[in-house]
Amino acid sequence: MIEIIIVSLITIFLIGGAFFTAVAAIGVIRLPDTYTRIHAASKSSTLGVGMTLIGVFIYFAYYQAEIETQLILAIIFIFISAPVGAHMIARSAFHSDVEPYKLTILNELKRDETGSEIETEEHVRLKIERSKDKELDD
Amino acid sequence: MTSFVYIIVIFSIIVFAITMLGMLYRTIKGPTLHDRVVTLDAFGVTLMGMIGLLSIVLETTYLLPIIMLIGMVGFIGTVGFAKFLEKGVIIENDRDNNS
Repeated sequence: MIEIIIVSLITIFLIGGAFFTAVAAIGVIRLPDTYTRIHAASKSSTLGVGMTLIGVFIYFAYYQAEIETQLILAIIFIFISAPVGAHMIARSAFHSDVEPYKLTILNELKRDETGSEIETEEHVRLKIERSKDKELDD
Repeated sequence: MTSFVYIIVIFSIIVFAITMLGMLYRTIKGPTLHDRVVTLDAFGVTLMGMIGLLSIVLETTYLLPIIMLIGMVGFIGTVGFAKFLEKGVIIENDRDNNS
């Protein structure tokens, strides 16, 4: 009975980890923009590898009777370090003038740093309507 | 029961390998340098899970400290590349000019 529970736990964690890592790969290949690719590559692969390492921890604790605490340390380290690295890369990409995707309508960091006019949602809506009118005129 | 776990582990290894190929594709093709850096970071994170699965197949626990090492090296590499691409220096010496 206990073995069935352990095997189901290992299966759930390993399959879930493989699923989230595959989602990360699909996002990295298909998303259109540097920032969205950073978003896919940092979050999803972190969760996938964390689940996989938890499955490996349960396997070694049950079948080999060894509690490997360095796996827990590695999981905690990934969950702390991956968002920090992704945030630093995204910030350096913004300061190196990497263009966002063309459908991006609100750029709050640029607005805050250049101190230009405050764009509320109504401004954005007006801008979209104006661009539509221009397209209709053309 | 162990054979069932082995089937699951082999399946996960195959999925991880395909994932690493996808990351390598974006690393080679990526339009900007930041794409390459962040995809190499994700490649390292995926490699950590791959080593954990491989230690199940090989039935050894001597490979597990390498997971920790790859995590540290990947994080330091990512932070260093981010500082270098943003300002041109990695370690800033002048603390008076907070530019």
